[in-house]
Amino acid sequence: MGTAVKKGEKPNVGATPNKEQKGESPLELLMYLIIGVGFGIIFIKAEIVSWFRIQEMFRLQSFFMYGVIGSAVVVGALSIQIIKWFNIKTIKGDKIIITDKEFRKGQIIGGFIFGLGWALTGACPGPLFAQIGSGFTVILVTLISAVAGTWVYGRFSHKLPN
Amino acid sequence: MEQFIEWIKQPWPWWIAGPMIGLIVPTLLIVGGKAFGISSSLRHVCAMCVPSNIPFFTYDWKKELWNIAFVIGVAIGGFIGHNLLANPEMIEVAESTQRDLAALGITDYRSIMPHEIFNWENLFTAKGLLFFVIGGFLVGFGTRYAGGCTSGHAIMGISSLQWPSVVATIFFMAGGFLMTHVFLGPLMKLVGF
Repeated sequence: MGTAVKKGEKPNVGATPNKEQKGESPLELLMYLIIGVGFGIIFIKAEIVSWFRIQEMFRLQSFFMYGVIGSAVVVGALSIQIIKWFNIKTIKGDKIIITDKEFRKGQIIGGFIFGLGWALTGACPGPLFAQIGSGFTVILVTLISAVAGTWVYGRFSHKLPN
Repeated sequence: MEQFIEWIKQPWPWWIAGPMIGLIVPTLLIVGGKAFGISSSLRHVCAMCVPSNIPFFTYDWKKELWNIAFVIGVAIGGFIGHNLLANPEMIEVAESTQRDLAALGITDYRSIMPHEIFNWENLFTAKGLLFFVIGGFLVGFGTRYAGGCTSGHAIMGISSLQWPSVVATIFFMAGGFLMTHVFLGPLMKLVGF
């Protein structure tokens, strides 16, 4: 698991994906910011961040979101296979390691809770940021509340079934 | 060039957007060996601002700043997409969805989000409490409990053939179906739609 996992602490599934020993330089951070910009533009241009699209999806009245997620998974899976077949390294020359996710009850309970929120807000965490950028500044409140939800999970995680 | 601008202003079809999102997976892996995931950024914000000595938040968040830079980029991308490349038309939504939403009191299709729900006037009302405060809380709590969101589990997880991510995605959808078909109508009535 990621370097952020302290000794004695149970590593958390997919929580800290950074396997680097040290953080990124400002220039590298800028690179991630630019990748994020591209991602945000796709989000808006395909209207994936739209509350209406999420309603269409959960009402099974449009194929659009299923097409987006399905084709993203196919391209993602093919890319990972190509990386494995050709043993492609990072641009710094490091080996690419993909950590296996461990099954936990949280994926059921937490997943279900997130689903309830997803249908209300019309957004997973990524689109929240894009919605704010696109001018729906009131979504800042949703974002702060999502941070609060994350904090409450962290505070009580040891008491929850996992 | 003008034709290109015209074309780029149209909403993009799923078969363009989906593969482009899929390409984020190898991009992040090749650039820095990073696993695609967005909900972690919420955890890093907690670790930066209110760690409160909670073991879950006491880690070196400086190593995770790439994730924060990435989501700031997503917000900037949202700004650019909306202001420079905006679709001048109303959003096209399936007629059956429009009928269902009209029954709930949602009829404004001028923007990607319905103004009836997402505006500052609703902040201190029951509508704001439901859609912003409770909705946001469920997203933040649920994604962290599940160990990821649509990006980390549905896209990155399933792409790398992780079966726990398939389980998580099934329950994301189950929660969404239940909210949409069972709770949303009565809840919206309750808050005054």
